[in-house]
Amino acid sequence: MNILLATVIGFLYASGVYLMLRRSIVKLILGIGLLGNATNLLLFTIGDVARSTPPIIHEGEEALVGAYANPIPQALILTAIVIGMAMLAYAVVLIKQAYQITDSDDIDVMRTTDIETLAEDQSE
Amino acid sequence: MIVILPILIPLIAAILCIVLWSRPTIHRWVSLVASVGALVVSLVLLSTVRADGVQALAIGGWVAPYGIVLVADLLSSIMVVVTAFMGLMVNIYGYDDISEDFEKNGYYALYQFLLVGVTGSFLTGDLFNLFVWFEIMLISSFVLLSMGGSRAETEGGVKYVIMNMISSMIFLGATGLVFGVAGSVNMADLGGRIPQIAADNPILVTSIAMLYVVAFGMKAALFPMFGWLPASYHTPPTSITTIFGALLTKVGVYALIRAFTLIFATSDVMWFAQPVLLTMASLTMVAGVFGAVAQYDVRRLLSFHIVSQIGYLILGLGIFTVSSLAGTIFYFVHVILAKSALFLVAGIVNKTYGSYDLKKLGGIYNNNIALSMLFFIPAMALAGIPPLSGFWAKFGVLKAGLSAENFIAVGIALFVSVWTLYSMTKIWNYAYMRKRPDAYDRPAESLSATSFWLRWAPTLVIGLITVAMGVWAGPLFELATAAAEQLMNPEIYISAVLGGGS
Repeated sequence: MNILLATVIGFLYASGVYLMLRRSIVKLILGIGLLGNATNLLLFTIGDVARSTPPIIHEGEEALVGAYANPIPQALILTAIVIGMAMLAYAVVLIKQAYQITDSDDIDVMRTTDIETLAEDQSE
Repeated sequence: MIVILPILIPLIAAILCIVLWSRPTIHRWVSLVASVGALVVSLVLLSTVRADGVQALAIGGWVAPYGIVLVADLLSSIMVVVTAFMGLMVNIYGYDDISEDFEKNGYYALYQFLLVGVTGSFLTGDLFNLFVWFEIMLISSFVLLSMGGSRAETEGGVKYVIMNMISSMIFLGATGLVFGVAGSVNMADLGGRIPQIAADNPILVTSIAMLYVVAFGMKAALFPMFGWLPASYHTPPTSITTIFGALLTKVGVYALIRAFTLIFATSDVMWFAQPVLLTMASLTMVAGVFGAVAQYDVRRLLSFHIVSQIGYLILGLGIFTVSSLAGTIFYFVHVILAKSALFLVAGIVNKTYGSYDLKKLGGIYNNNIALSMLFFIPAMALAGIPPLSGFWAKFGVLKAGLSAENFIAVGIALFVSVWTLYSMTKIWNYAYMRKRPDAYDRPAESLSATSFWLRWAPTLVIGLITVAMGVWAGPLFELATAAAEQLMNPEIYISAVLGGGS
């Protein structure tokens, strides 16, 4: 199981990086999404994937017995997924705005901040 | 209890701003009161830490290493004080600088959230929690950066957002790996465990440490990963640029210092990490300053200087002795103040003379000598001219470098320092001394009295502090040395956290 997951994670990272190296910003965002999923899966795998019981101490017992799932990586992933979703949502809105302004999907077009000086605007 | 207040106060202010969304005029007051409050509690925190040692607070009563802890050692508290101070100054400056549209769209709420994220990053004692604070800081900065919606802001925003998202992914992945090898994400706990694991498996732990160098290095704008900074920082209004330049990259540097003094402070990692950090620091200094020399937009020029100064900060970490870290901490305070003052002056110049472009400016010295002095002092401080703060900051780092016999890095730092002076002279010559080109010669706009003081007061205060830091460098250097001693003796931090936080 771990080998399979490791392969999937590696594949997701590779595809994510491949997409990010394209010039289109939409593919860039998709690549970041894949990278995020790969990272979350990585956290998940670290929690040791095995059939196990929830980490709950039942009545009358003093400590956890038997194989139980490590709750910490799961808590971490949950947080990471929520944060990742918020970030991705914002990024999608931003590239939509960028597309409307520059009328292009090409990251190479978005170089005005690197080339020209922006002296005239913002004199309020 | 005092440890959480610098986070709580801006958080409450940000929430209040959201509750009172439809009444932007109240936001200003909420934000001002919160900034003053945050500054007061951070000063109390600093004096508490100075008097009683490292303070730890277990959130929700879950003791470390199981729960999340907030830890304030001297470095954290110094950074929190500087953050709160800059927060207050830029808040005041923003009253005149930030347009009504921004205020209606919740500028002050986001501003306070940004400060929450920055302060939280400085105070947390938990790696995963650090990730969460980073994200709070980043998402507010994303919105602040692209709020204006102009072409430049959007394009700068795209680059900034994407680079930061990638670095967050690397950071998160590295944290997962740390949890995998050590079974903990509490920094103090890791500080005890990682050296033992590294002794058994140095390559694995060094690889993880390098992932952190990449993740934090992207946020700090270190050498191969700094391109996003000069592409985006100059696009929003001056106040936003200033607070970004002052705080955001510094959080990355702080995280690097924390990681390598507490978690990976073992010779099994440092044999590799130290040369890497020194090389990156040297290249960052050189690349930043050469980028700066070529620019004509003042804000872009200063943005490249942010990159260059990050090199000096990391240089102190790379040398890795008590005196070099003391130099870095002093440098931290100095560079935040001096750089911010320069950005704020650039904003005043733009307001008065209508441009950020050096080619279109000129003759300010003859026209307004006070404004010229306001620029001249932090500029010389940044270049490191005695007796201003920059001289002592550079002196501290370089002296430590010489006694550690890192002659190449010190040589590069001195070389870069000359070019820093050159680029400051360039601004001085173009904007202040020479005659203004006829094509752009128009009368200076006279600021109203309110507008004048809202912009001048914070800039002047920061400028005066850079002078004061130079004249009375002794006490601050003592404080920085004490902070560095704490960093180089991680047992103090570890026992304060694991010995049962109050």
